[in-house]
Amino acid sequence: MTAAGDPDSAYVRMANLTKKFGDFTAVDAVSLDIRRGEIFCLLGGSGSGKTTLLRMLAGFERPSGGAIHIDGEDMSAIPPYERPVNMMFQSYALFPHMSVERNIAFGLEQEGLQRAEIRRQVGDILDIVKMGGFGSRKPHQLSGGQRQRVALARALVKRPKLLLLDEPLAALDRKLREHTQFELISIQQRLGVTCIVVTHDQEEAMTLGTRLGVMNHGRIAQVGTPSDIYESPVTRFVADFIGSVNMFEGRVSEDGAECVRIRSEELGCTVRAERSVHCAGGSTVWTAIRPEKINISRHRPLAASAQRADAAENVVRGTVREIAYMGDMSIYLVQLDSGRMMRVTLPNITRGTERGFARDESVWLSWHGSSPVVLTE
Amino acid sequence: MARLTSAAGRRLIAGIPTGWLLLLFLVPFIIVFRISFSEVRLAIPPYTPLLTFRHGSPALELHWSAYQFLFTDPLYVSSYLYSLKVAAVSTLCCLALGYPMAYAIAHAGSATRPVLLMLIVLPFWTSFLLRVYAWIGLLKNNGVINNLLMSLGVIHHPLALLQTDFAVYIGIVYSYLPFMILPLYANLEKHDAALLEAAADLGARPARAFLRITVPQSFPGIVAGSLLVFIPAVGEYVIPTLLGRTDQLMIGRVLSDEFFENRDWPVASAVAILILLLLVVPILLFQRYQRRELEGAR
Amino acid sequence: MRERRLVPRLALVLGLAFLYGPILSMIVFSFNNSRLVTVWDAAHSPTLKWYGALLHNEQILGAAWLSIRIAVIAASVAVVLGTLAGTALARLGAFRGRLLLAGMVTAPIVMPEVITGLSLLLMFVALGQLIGWPKGVGALTITLAHITFCMAYVTVVVQSRLAGFDESLEEAAMDLGARPARVFFRITLPLILPAIVSGWLLAFTLSWDDLVITQFVAGPGSSTLPMVIFSKVRFGVTPDVNALATIMVLLVATGVAISTVWMRYRARRRARDLQLAAAANL
Repeated sequence: MTAAGDPDSAYVRMANLTKKFGDFTAVDAVSLDIRRGEIFCLLGGSGSGKTTLLRMLAGFERPSGGAIHIDGEDMSAIPPYERPVNMMFQSYALFPHMSVERNIAFGLEQEGLQRAEIRRQVGDILDIVKMGGFGSRKPHQLSGGQRQRVALARALVKRPKLLLLDEPLAALDRKLREHTQFELISIQQRLGVTCIVVTHDQEEAMTLGTRLGVMNHGRIAQVGTPSDIYESPVTRFVADFIGSVNMFEGRVSEDGAECVRIRSEELGCTVRAERSVHCAGGSTVWTAIRPEKINISRHRPLAASAQRADAAENVVRGTVREIAYMGDMSIYLVQLDSGRMMRVTLPNITRGTERGFARDESVWLSWHGSSPVVLTE
Repeated sequence: MARLTSAAGRRLIAGIPTGWLLLLFLVPFIIVFRISFSEVRLAIPPYTPLLTFRHGSPALELHWSAYQFLFTDPLYVSSYLYSLKVAAVSTLCCLALGYPMAYAIAHAGSATRPVLLMLIVLPFWTSFLLRVYAWIGLLKNNGVINNLLMSLGVIHHPLALLQTDFAVYIGIVYSYLPFMILPLYANLEKHDAALLEAAADLGARPARAFLRITVPQSFPGIVAGSLLVFIPAVGEYVIPTLLGRTDQLMIGRVLSDEFFENRDWPVASAVAILILLLLVVPILLFQRYQRRELEGAR
Repeated sequence: MRERRLVPRLALVLGLAFLYGPILSMIVFSFNNSRLVTVWDAAHSPTLKWYGALLHNEQILGAAWLSIRIAVIAASVAVVLGTLAGTALARLGAFRGRLLLAGMVTAPIVMPEVITGLSLLLMFVALGQLIGWPKGVGALTITLAHITFCMAYVTVVVQSRLAGFDESLEEAAMDLGARPARVFFRITLPLILPAIVSGWLLAFTLSWDDLVITQFVAGPGSSTLPMVIFSKVRFGVTPDVNALATIMVLLVATGVAISTVWMRYRARRRARDLQLAAAANL
């Protein structure tokens, strides 16, 4: 699946990239275009092939098929130590027997620069990552967050055409992670380096990435901006993988130019979605509605009450079964008449509990016609 | 990493040690094998050649006399069996002493453990020969043990401790104990304490949990340690010579005597080949264990 | 649960007593004036006369010197060969001849020494017949033999160290532009150096101490220390050997003590560094 974007500005181009380990295909004919200066996040669970793809870009795995081009240059015959690619390893991989300065200078030494020039560049990059003054420390004398900055500095100092980050924030605790996410973005923008980040953490991917690619079983399921992926997933896998979603099976009863009607037994009503699906009447589709797009009320919504009871659209009755109070919002698990559960989230905008619903309370759930996403696969 | 080194580099790295070992380890065995099929003669070298030319064409001259000699003379057969017996008994004793010691070290506090390990290994760094020699001083008729027992009035005549099977067992256990303890310790140290707790939770008494859980799990360590003791013990030379019986020789001594005293190279070679045949299965077992250990660590 | 600890602990104490008893007895009797080593001559002991006799014994000193020279060379060459073999087995994956190398490398560790010794001597004789080298047996053949069985131990040490080595460090170095050879010398080698050093010490000890193989491949002119000691003790205990043993034990104990103190110092410093870093948590 090719990326939607300007093909002329493809700085990194992967064409039909495949990697097989014996019978097992880790990466299956992946084609991706990465634009210059963007942060592209490869998101996927374990076994999705994202790490193998990253290692092929770095040069540590030889592709079984396909090609990688960086800035127009074919990387097939080029070993990792000659590629204009640098990687920040998940474990940081700082050389324990060298100081911070020597670690960073290591990459520059290969380039035959003068010692004074090397020292200057090392100093500059240390300032950029806010580790100036730590040059003579050894890795074991640094905290986790400090080591991460050094690893980043070491990968950036050679101003690579492509920077690869392998689960960059995985080892940090939550508070540090948030802080570091924004720092990473600011450093990347300052230096203008093209980045590919591999992660299993959705939040990380959504925050860091200008574009995301969701991977599943070695294939790219969808490429797009965080908003594209979240609001307009193209497959059930992507809809389910990102955030939480309510998914119901149904049959198309009416497919028009402006909207489509889907009859769903699981849901217990007709879904009217404001988009066209272009498929035959009666075919099976799935409706996906995000929890925050659903309205809960004690009384039947006005618009719905105008409809006939048996032709109810975008409204359904249920009973509150579970409530999880998360502080900033509450999650409600509502059981529908059909027996299925629906997940609804509401922000706690007032401090009291006047809006709060109680267990076993009967409620009405409704949503706007623009909220459902209709999926055919 | 392998695919990134050049083919020439790879050949060099693996080739140099392989070449050395081929020449100085494998080829010598082939030569021993070949000489075992000769007959002794008064010449340099003191054995008959393999290839002779009869009427201008080459013929293979194989003598089985060396092997025949070994199989028919009861001295050799009993020597082989005696060696196997001694090695087996020593290995069992070594296991009996070494297992609880390894267990104790594995369960010691993290501060004392390295100290204990060092204490176990320290004697290994001092001379093997001298440590066996030390036992002569302890076991002989007017040695330390006999003097002590006599001065305490426990016995009135010195016990014949030296030049007995008992002395050889002690010698082998003494010298090879670290080789038994270290693999056992390496294995026991990795055991998950939670398993024993689960067993106790399910109603197993400590002795039962030990037999049903700890011992089976430590099996690879037991095998490794036992092989490390048994295989070299079969062919031991120094310990039986200094401490052992004079009426019944172990096979290592027999080989040495055949070579140095009798100057019978073919028979000595045949003795060596037969020891190898006896030990080939244990040696292969050991190598399989080594391979698994080293590859499992990745 | 506590009885579970009693038997092992008892075994440990008895085992340690068993291991060190003979050594201590040797040390004690090295100060005994009597020629009958184990009969304590209270009137004239303790004495240092056997140590004096030792230092004037040309035969022993000469043999010791030969042993040291051989051990140093053998250990050094064995370390190079063993590191090559260990690297090949740990890093080169499956190559043609891997099983052969792996088999040949582990066999000398368990092989009875009489077999290795006999085979090496016969090899040297055959080689001498074939190409005229080596000309007879002596220090050279001893050294070659020692290198062969020592490298097996070094290989095991190096291979197991490399197997547990974090490969991402080597990958990071390559990613930064270093070719494989440079990666090995700048990153891998410095980090496995402790293993190589202990491999050298192990090889040195094995070579210095070897008797059986040496007896086979030595000539009439070259006697190593173990050979001299063995010919003395075959026929009984002699007091100067006790003195020699004590000196060796002292040397080894000192070496171990120094290295233990050094390692504890480094461990303490490292722990302190880690604490400081954690405190300054960023």
